[in-house]
Formats: sequence, C-alpha cells, structure tokens
Amino acid sequence: MDQFQVIDHCLMVKLPQELDHYQAGYFSREADSFLLRPEVCHVVFDFEDTEFMDSSGIGIIMGRYKKVAPLGGKIYAINVGKQVARILELSGMSRLVEVL
Amino acid sequence: MDRELRDEMKNEMELTFDAISSNEGLARVAVAAFVSRVNPTMEELSDVKTAVSEAVTNAIIHGYGNLEGYERRGRGVSAAGGVQAMEQGRGLPAAGEIRATEPGRHGKVRMQCRLEHGVLKVLIEDRGKGMEDVGKAMEPLYTTRPDLERSGMGFSFMEAFMDDLQVESAPGVGTIVRMQKKMTSGPWIPREE
Ligand SMILES: Nc1ncnc2c1ncn2[C@@H]1O[C@H](COP(=O)(O)OP(=O)(O)O)[C@@H](O)[C@H]1O
Ligand SMILES: [Mg+2]
Repeated sequence: MDQFQVIDHCLMVKLPQELDHYQAGYFSREADSFLLRPEVCHVVFDFEDTEFMDSSGIGIIMGRYKKVAPLGGKIYAINVGKQVARILELSGMSRLVEVL
Repeated sequence: MDRELRDEMKNEMELTFDAISSNEGLARVAVAAFVSRVNPTMEELSDVKTAVSEAVTNAIIHGYGNLEGYERRGRGVSAAGGVQAMEQGRGLPAAGEIRATEPGRHGKVRMQCRLEHGVLKVLIEDRGKGMEDVGKAMEPLYTTRPDLERSGMGFSFMEAFMDDLQVESAPGVGTIVRMQKKMTSGPWIPREE
C-alpha cells in the first residue's frame, strides 16, 4: 500500500477512509519526513478512499501548507467527495488548497 | 417515511468508553447506527458524525489530555484505571481520580443519544480538566493545542452541523456538550426481511 509517493516534485498522500485525530499524527509525521527531501515542493492530498474527515484533517492540510508555501509550494486536493468538500469549504481551506 | 410512524419512534442509548483516540470511530459508528432508524439523509448523517467526532475528540485530547492515538507507534497505555473504576460499580471516575497526564491512566467519555419526534439529542461528557472560559474556547480558530496541529474549528463545526449546541464546563470538573438536530428524513427505503 503506497500511501506516500513522490512524483515530479509532488508528494502524493493517499489519505485513509476515516481521517480523524487518531489518524492525523501518523500522516503529518510521515508527510513531513518526505518534505525534507529537497526535490519535493508540492503536496497532493488524494481523498479517493476518504469517506469521513473532521477538523483534524484541516490541521494536517494547514500544517503542510505552512511548510511548503514559504518556498513557493502548493497544496492540491484530488478525488474530493461531498463530505470532505463541505469541510474544506466551511473551514476556508478551499482558499489555500487547489481542489482538482 | 411515514411521518406519524417516525414521530412515534422514541429511543435512547448510552455508551461509555475509554478516552482513547481509537474510540472516535466507535462513537461515530454508534451515533450513525442509532439515528439511522429515522432514515436521515446522507448529509444529515455525515453532519451528525462530524459533530460527534469533534466533541468526542475534544473530550479525549483536551479533557483528558490523552495523546495515545496521535502519538501512535509509541508506548501502549493500559486500561487498568478505567477497568478498576467499573469493577467498583461507579460511573465516570471523578476528575481528581484520574490525572490525565499520568501515563498509563485515562478517563471515560460518556455519550448519551435520544431520539424523539425526529429530533436527535446528543450529550457528550468528560470528567477531565474542563475550561475556564467556554466563550473564548468556542471562538473559531481558537485552540490551546497548536502543537497537535489542532485547527480550532471543532466547536465551529459542531455549531454549523447541528441545530443547537450548549456547552457546560468547569475547570477541574469536566465538560458536557449538548447538541441537537432535527432529522428531516430521506426517502423511505423499505427494509428487506
Ligand atoms: N472537553 C474539553 N475539555 C477541556 N477543554 C476543551 C474541551 N473541548 C474543547 N476544549 C478547549 O477548547 C478549545 C477549542 O476547541 P475546538 O474548537 O474543538 O478546537 P481544537 O480542538 O482544534 O483545539 C480547545 O483547544 C481546548 O482548549
Ligand atoms: Mg476540537
């Protein structure tokens, strides 16, 4: 299971089915270890498997945004479902994240 | 679904569980199963799950300061404290009995759900450290745990996704979150026998 993959300067993060506080720590820490690599500039969060996300997910996105944005990096979200879209919208995240 | 039938369906559920992060999912599944009886829409269901997830997570990480799940791959935590309290036939251990920061001990979260006339009422209680200033805590983006990458959006989501939110809290005593939401009922899907 490839939850993390580096493709073309982008770190691809495949998020879990339920993204809550329980899952958050693991994904933040792992993502950060990839962000240490100099060739990684952007982060793509893949929500394909994600059926549920609460405010813990906002923390993960914000945290990575703070790391990559000062260096000109971007945050993308792909395969966003209805529930996740509402959370991104309500939290104002949709201004920082490009939803593809 | 038949309106009269729906309104007649009164139901109550209570669940007490250990204040560990892996139980956030348990609380969501339980409330979803409980409310599914009145056939809510998909959106109502995810609203309720989100609000419950926020309140339960707060009880665990702020109330009891339990970071077990978050710091996964670390040491395990024994459930001994909670089990002892149960064996002695008590409900939730009082705040003083469980020191949240003490490794290897954690508290209990109580979730109470009520369904009446198509309205879901949820109560989530912890006997953790409580809050000095509830008004301040409920402000959007306010968090005391930026170190855990908390976004400070928990109470905002509870407010946005439920019709009503009441928070009662006292330092050193604990916190009670009360929420309610009217279920409008989705299209009636007959159950297969
Ligand atoms: N059950 C609780 N016990 C103690 N403090 C709490 C509780 N729930 C919330 N708080 C306090 O309120 C703040 C805001 O909560 P919330 O809006 O959920 O944001 P977050 O969880 O991201 O910090 C928390 O940072 C915490 O200080
Ligand atoms: Mg919270």
